[in-house]
Amino acid sequence: MKPFRYEHVPDAAAAVALLTQEPTGAFLAGGTNLVDLMKLGVAQPDLLIDVSRLLSDRIESLPDGGVRIGAAVRNSDLAADRMIRGQYPLLAQALLAGASGQLRNLATTGGNLLQRTRCVYFQDISKPCNKRLPGSGCPAREGYHRNLAILGATEACIATHPSDMAVALIALDAVVRVLGPQGERSLPLADLYGVPADEPQRDTVLRHGELITAIELPPLSFAAHSSYRKVRDRASYAFALISVAVAIENHAGRIQDVRIAFGGVASTPWRAYKAEALLRGATISEQLFRAAADAELADAHLLRGNAFKAPMLHNVLTRTLLDLTPEEL
Amino acid sequence: MNQSIQVQVNGKSYHLSIDTRTTLLDLLREHLGLTGSKKGCDHGQCGACTILVDGRRVNSCLTFAVAYQESDIVTIEGLAHHDHLHPLQQAFLTHDALQCGYCTPGHICSAVGMIREVEAGWPSAVSPDLNAEQVTLTDDEIRERMSGNLCRCAAYATIVSAIAEVTP
Repeated sequence: MKPFRYEHVPDAAAAVALLTQEPTGAFLAGGTNLVDLMKLGVAQPDLLIDVSRLLSDRIESLPDGGVRIGAAVRNSDLAADRMIRGQYPLLAQALLAGASGQLRNLATTGGNLLQRTRCVYFQDISKPCNKRLPGSGCPAREGYHRNLAILGATEACIATHPSDMAVALIALDAVVRVLGPQGERSLPLADLYGVPADEPQRDTVLRHGELITAIELPPLSFAAHSSYRKVRDRASYAFALISVAVAIENHAGRIQDVRIAFGGVASTPWRAYKAEALLRGATISEQLFRAAADAELADAHLLRGNAFKAPMLHNVLTRTLLDLTPEEL
Repeated sequence: MNQSIQVQVNGKSYHLSIDTRTTLLDLLREHLGLTGSKKGCDHGQCGACTILVDGRRVNSCLTFAVAYQESDIVTIEGLAHHDHLHPLQQAFLTHDALQCGYCTPGHICSAVGMIREVEAGWPSAVSPDLNAEQVTLTDDEIRERMSGNLCRCAAYATIVSAIAEVTP
């Protein structure tokens, strides 16, 4: 591992100011991904600025009915929170479906959003990878890509985003609060991941030195009627092959409103806007759910080793929607 | 780059100078002579390095020691009281919950933390009711909650029964 300096600073503003001046530095919070990437030589910061004690570790109700989650809230605490479990079950389920008990005790909310892909070529510095070394190529397309993307992938990169939590958050229209050298800004989580397709080396639009301070969930009354379902190669403690987050409001056989997001299928948590549009206002039936899945998968690009994901996603989305609307059929 | 640190391990305070790259696991094993915590994968995938930090189970291989100077650290060496084994240590012996024993310290520390999580009412991915007041620790719950600890000898059947004996 490359040697590095370790710094404590008094507050978040000082952390931002210091990192802004250090182009090869990084923030350290839970460390579950960063420390691993440093061991692998994928990340080589000269300076680590410890922010784990500088950020809020509280979960607070907001006056508008929403919730603010401090960036330092541990994944295990967020999953166990009574309000989150009751009002946003898909978020608690997504967290509990991710990692292990030990890792959830370390991992923070902010850090979870910034995890890097677990694509084997990205994590192996002896291999080309356009995400790690732009322009070096992508062996995954011809090589091992069982876990990689079927939606929104490009010639340059077919990486998948590893987070379960972020899939639930993007379905909930979460907003990310960021502190930078010019002060605070807020952006929708979908925009955080809104990088141009030809820049696979960037995972987010954050500028160097910017620090996530909190995540806000806008009020969404029907989020209590929601579910997160994940399929993986073993029963526990594995990244998603595919996952589905759904929140739905239905009345008298019709869908009033719905939020759908997928994990394990794209370089970002994938909001299924096409499926949502087809479902909103429609009469509930299994045929409708299958049509919604087909609509979202119409643009899927399947490779030899990951083509199984399309029917798997189709079936899991259909089943999740059926399970959430049992009285309507 | 070296840095002077102070850490609290099993109730004892240590002052020493270490390379900033030193993980808590390497600090314990290479600097403090506490070799009970084991290095398996060194990437947070096997759980052999599990210790308790401020009462919570964590992978010590993924933590830089310089960042844990204000923490109360407990390792497998800190669980017994003199000649009296911790109930989980005794249960692993009684149930013969190991073959080679390399993963055992991690399993036991993980189980100590896991039982505290159950006592706090934390749900798991297999809990039938996410909002239940209390957790019923079935064998399925134990398997799910202990999935961060691997045993290459596959002594899982007796590991589950050993933990089940000690559960609240």
